[in-house]
Formats: sequence, structure tokens, C-alpha cells
Amino acid sequence: MRSILHCDLNNFFASVECLYRPDLKDKPVAVGGSTKSRHGIILAKNMPAKTKGVKTGEALWQAKQKCPGLIVLPPHMEQYVHFSTLARDIYLRYATRLESFGIDECWLDITAKADTLSKAAEIADEIRLTVKEELGITISIGVSFNKIFAKLGSDMKKPDAITLITKENYRDIVWPLPADDMLYVGKATKRKLNNLNIFTIGDIANAPVELLKDVLGKWGQVVHTYALGQDTSPVALFDELSDTKSVGNSVTTPRDLTSKDDIKQVFYVLCESVAYRLRKHGLKGNVLQIHIRSNNLDIMERQCTLSNYSSTSASMIDACMELFNNNYSLKVPVRSLGMRITGLIPEHEDFTQLSMFDTTGEKDYKNDILERKIDDIRGRFGHHIIHRAIELRDTELQHSPIDKKITHSLPSPRNKK
Amino acid sequence: MGKTYIDMDVRYTKEGSLIPKELIWQDDRSFTIAKILDVRQAASLKAGGEGIRYTCIVAGKKVQLFFENTRWFIET
Repeated sequence: MRSILHCDLNNFFASVECLYRPDLKDKPVAVGGSTKSRHGIILAKNMPAKTKGVKTGEALWQAKQKCPGLIVLPPHMEQYVHFSTLARDIYLRYATRLESFGIDECWLDITAKADTLSKAAEIADEIRLTVKEELGITISIGVSFNKIFAKLGSDMKKPDAITLITKENYRDIVWPLPADDMLYVGKATKRKLNNLNIFTIGDIANAPVELLKDVLGKWGQVVHTYALGQDTSPVALFDELSDTKSVGNSVTTPRDLTSKDDIKQVFYVLCESVAYRLRKHGLKGNVLQIHIRSNNLDIMERQCTLSNYSSTSASMIDACMELFNNNYSLKVPVRSLGMRITGLIPEHEDFTQLSMFDTTGEKDYKNDILERKIDDIRGRFGHHIIHRAIELRDTELQHSPIDKKITHSLPSPRNKK
Repeated sequence: MGKTYIDMDVRYTKEGSLIPKELIWQDDRSFTIAKILDVRQAASLKAGGEGIRYTCIVAGKKVQLFFENTRWFIET
């Protein structure tokens, strides 16, 4: 039997902020974005704020209504990445298989060190105390025989706690929980399940798998397997973390985007950032996805395949605009835009056959040389030294994610065999 | 409880370790680090922060010095 831990750093951003401000420890504190640039939502809150009903994701004004004395601190992303790295260093003392799930959550496979779950719980307790001692923040750990139940366990008792879910007790602990507590059961799946009179994880486990498959497709089988505790998916090997799946950026703009020129300008900024990061890490990709959020907060995602593997912004911008024009009419202004490239390969594995009739590949080759020269210039004199003219039409929309250092650093690509 | 950043004279060994030798207080008085009892990564809940914590004997007293990124601080 496997011993899997799911480690969740409690109220992560708020805990790190409170560590540096001990005077605020017992006061309600939240980390929130800037209201002026319309990022004014709660990113994290500490326990006193939580008890007053402050929720992650709500607007700052809503949170302040619920909790008048709420202290809102700006986020320090580099600090959080630093703490996340330190926490992973602690985990790696116990586990070789470690899979991140966001900046503050991790699965660990410690079967090699603990052949029973009771031993795993002892190790989990040691990790809990070490994190508290070395980092000064608390952690909740779920201990179980598969990843799904371990994740459920870490959500059950917070903060600073261990929850053990074994083959003997999972029916009593897991099955009474609401269906959407389980990973991969979101709003839409929950609604479909509720229509079938399925409300708890136990109901999923006891439902006929054929019925679930009829309603949820192949996910029906998967969700049924998860509810029965039969998930066998492995925790990724630590090295596998370097297998980057996508490179992307998104931005909520300081004002709503109402014209195609606005959209084009923002896509240019995003494409330049993504293309720069792809080149920096020696990657190319051929699947482009865009993400549009309107000012009534509806979200739309669309994707297309590029004709060649590419790491140039010039090839991406045309695809972005084509996808946008084919799918969005701009009747409702746009609040936030994102784009990402997937289908990644190391650039030395890209052997593109240039076509005699289609010049796209040739143009991309020339653009690649040009953009690498621009990278050189920016490397020597700074990102701001050279810009596309379109970025000057509205300087409010000009800010690149690279300037704000809000891009996540990528691990080096793993050599694929 | 507060956090006071201090000047520190240190020795880098050829193995790459960092050993604090003398602590210089804000009024320029200096104190020799007589003995280092323990070195480990730790959080300072009193002063606020984290770093490499050196538990030392200074002027006959047990003192905890933190090396935070590039600076030294002491819990006061």
C-alpha cells in the first residue's frame, strides 16, 4: 500500500506577511491586489479575517464591509516563491516523489520511508513541526493511500493539523462529505450529479458506474474510481516537475478594453512576454490558447494549432487576433485577457520543413532572428529600451508582465526521449 | 519584541561556510562571538522573519543571530 501525503501551507500569502509583521498576528489581515489597477480582490486571509467571513476571491470592498478593521497588505510574490522553495526543500528530506499543486500545495510519496499509514502519519507530524520551526508558518497534511483522499484530508482539519484516512476509515470520513469537496468535481459536475440525486462522495461511490458515464462521459468512470479510493495515479517524480506543459500570461487591464486596437495592443504585450520566456528556456510550441474575461466576468477560452512550432510573438499575434475575431464580438467590453502556448518541444527538436508555396515558416524563421536580436538589446539595456510602436498608443495598457516580475520562472526543459 | 539589524564581522571558510566572529552594536560597541552552539534554518516569530539561525554565546549570554538573505538581525 502506498503512503501519500498532501501538504497544504495554511493561508499561505497571509501567513508569510504576518510572519514579517508579528504585530498583526492577532488582527484580521488579508493580502489583496491594488484597487486602482482593478486587481482589488482578496488573494489570501489569516484566521481572524476568516472567522469574520472574509473569503478568498471576493472584492476588497465586500471584505471590508464584513470585517471593518481588515488590514489589507500588498502581495510580495518573490517572497512567496522563496517560502515555497524552502518548504519543498523540507519535503525532499522525506520524499523523492514530489508533485506541486500550485505554489502552496504538494503531494509527497513517502512509501519508501513509511510502509504503513501510521508510520506515514508520524513522518507527517515531523514535517508539520519542521515547517513551523524553520519557516514560522503552519501546514495541514492529509495522509492516505491515494492522492485524492490525501488532498481531501489536508482540507478537513486546518490549520496546523494532520488527518489520516485509511482503508478502514475512509467510508466514515470521506463518504459523508459533499460531492464537490472531491478534486475534479466542480460546479458543472456537481449540478449534473445533484440532478441524479447524488449529493455526497458516498453517493458517487454507490451509484452505478454506467449511470455516471451516461451523464459525465469518461469522467463518470474516473470520478467513481476516485470515490471508491481506487485512484492509482502516481505522484510525479521530482525531476518530472521540469517538464513544462505550457507558458502563458494573463492580465487584468486598468480599464476595460472596448476596441480591437485595445485588444491587439494587450495581446502584443502578452505575446512578447510569452515568446521571450519560450526563447529564454529553449522551447517552442504549436498550440495557442486565448482566455477572454468580459466585464460581466464571463470567461471564454479558445485554442488553435499553429502551422509551425514557434517561439516568436509575430506568429502568435496573428493567431490571437484571428481567434479573438472569430469568437468575440466586443459587444461586452473585455476586462482581462490571457494567452498561452502549449504543445511544447525543446527548440533543438524542431525540424520544420519549409514549404515552397507557403511562406509562413520562412517568415517565422526571419522573425525568430529579429526577436532574438531584440532579446539581446533588452538583455543589455533593459526591457524598456525597445518597444513596438503599437504599445505607445495607450501607455496605460503597456505594462508587460516581465516588468512587474509576475512571471513564474520555468525549470529547464527535460530531455524527452 | 523587535527586530534590530546589526553589522557583523564574519569569516568565510574555504569550505564555503559562514562563521560570525564579532557583532557590532548600534553604538559601535563590539562583542566577540565566544562560541557557536547551533546553526539551522529557523523562523523568528518574535522579530518576524526567517533565515539561518546562529545560537551563540556573546558576553556570557545565549543569543540568537539570524542571517536573513544578506543581512544579520537580532531579536530585541
